[in-house]
Amino acid sequence: MISIKNAKKIFSTKKGQVRAVDDVNLDISEGEIFGVIGYSGAGKSTLIRMLNGLELPTEGNVIVADNEVSTIKGSKLRKARQEISMIFQHFNLLWSRTVKENIAFPLEIAGVSKNERIKRVDELIKLVGLEGREDAYPAQLSGGQKQRVGIARALANNPKVLLCDEATSALDPQTTDSILELLVDINERLGLTIVLITHEMHVIRKICHRVAVMEGGKIVEIGQVLDVFQKPQAEITKRFVQQVTEPEETKETVQQLLSLYPNGQIVQLGFVGGSAEQPLITNLIRNHNVTVNVLQGKISQTQSGSYGTLFIHLDGEKEEVAKAIDFIHSQKVGVEVISHA
Amino acid sequence: MLNEWLPNVDWERMWEATRETLYMTSISVVATFVLGIILGLLLFLTSKDNIWENALINKIIAAFVNVFRSIPFLILIVLLIPFTKLILGTMIGENAALPALIIGAAPFYARMVEIGLREIDKGVIEAAKSMGAKTSTIIWKVLIPESMPALVSGITVTAIALVGYTAMAGVIGAGGLGNLAYLEGFQRSRTDVTIVATIVILVIVFIIQFIGDYITSKLDKR
Repeated sequence: MISIKNAKKIFSTKKGQVRAVDDVNLDISEGEIFGVIGYSGAGKSTLIRMLNGLELPTEGNVIVADNEVSTIKGSKLRKARQEISMIFQHFNLLWSRTVKENIAFPLEIAGVSKNERIKRVDELIKLVGLEGREDAYPAQLSGGQKQRVGIARALANNPKVLLCDEATSALDPQTTDSILELLVDINERLGLTIVLITHEMHVIRKICHRVAVMEGGKIVEIGQVLDVFQKPQAEITKRFVQQVTEPEETKETVQQLLSLYPNGQIVQLGFVGGSAEQPLITNLIRNHNVTVNVLQGKISQTQSGSYGTLFIHLDGEKEEVAKAIDFIHSQKVGVEVISHA
Repeated sequence: MLNEWLPNVDWERMWEATRETLYMTSISVVATFVLGIILGLLLFLTSKDNIWENALINKIIAAFVNVFRSIPFLILIVLLIPFTKLILGTMIGENAALPALIIGAAPFYARMVEIGLREIDKGVIEAAKSMGAKTSTIIWKVLIPESMPALVSGITVTAIALVGYTAMAGVIGAGGLGNLAYLEGFQRSRTDVTIVATIVILVIVFIIQFIGDYITSKLDKR
């Protein structure tokens, strides 16, 4: 559905050249929810704007839904853009138009007749759950409602691809979740390909199938969300994964326990999917002469299964502890021994 | 009783002058509104990082606007006499004032239009582009409606300035309340005529301001 080949974008500024996107290759298949994560300035915003021609690559090709977006111009580009819609961090609604009129805007652009517009707008309002707010102006809506209008507007012309530019970054956590649920629902119901950029790992975890991590204009890591969570490779990816798996307190707790218990080992366990349901701790205590102290644990849901982490402290005879760790290794559970610093 | 206090006021004449002033003001306001929006749009669209970015055209329009905005109105009328004669065949009467009124006010209003357009959220224009909108659609359905309150409050200020301009034009033969106040009031030492003409001008200004404020607040849904 989307194919980016050797795309580069170089901006010339007073301070010299900035490589916003540096030789990116990416293929996204139909019906996928693909996430791009990175800190601000990583180039993700430029990358997503290349997908609908708001930015043109300095070098390379961008093909979206059979349109070579990087080269087409004029009416062809405008036609293509009707198949590649976009939602924004700050919603970008027209304040002078009501909810209904905002949703009708892309239909006016596409030249849909008035009667059909009215019908389609009704459907869309139901789809995004805005019944009763049709005649309100954007200023009278909450952030979440505004983004729902944005989504309805983006879906009006039955696009093949939906681009989300930090679509939940201006929303509170609860509203973020409801918007993310709406996006998953749309993806499943309409088979829409969704590309989103974000700086929140939470968003990736919740709805993406695959994720690319960007830093300095390059993709430094790419893979299935579950794999990336389990075995992050790049340093920056580890930091993003920690955002959702290890709250700040854990680090402090671990530090404190390391100094409190110079004996024994602190172990971080990673569970994926089915292994999360094994009675691992029970077996550990029954079969080995060790004490187990549970420090912190968490299970996160992703689109392709659950992922859990558990921090435990093992104490006892050195040999017994080593045997216990060997036992955990044999149980298809990720183990990382956090040694004394 | 009115005649006792204001012995020299010829009400028939006053009404006629008021009609002339309203005529000059309304025609020039409409023309200024259209011309100013066109110039303002050109200034905005050809500016940096915009749809028709073009430094040369932008500079030319900006220079034109600045020149005509800086010429004092009274001098502008005189300078435009040959031009007025060419297109209207005369330089006396209310129609003769129109070219100077429009050319004097449109550049002034164009700058206000430009400011109004700059206040539109760039993201909204980007959103329209991302939906596949043509430039004409962006102008008619995004730029103009989204800046309408600024356009209306700008034309209100301009209309009030134009009432003042018509009075100046009146002094040199364009008719209207300015003409009446100057020729029949001031020059004949009939202070009551001057005062009544001034009051009528004030009333016109207040009404314009009231209407402008009302429309602006009705339009603004932010």
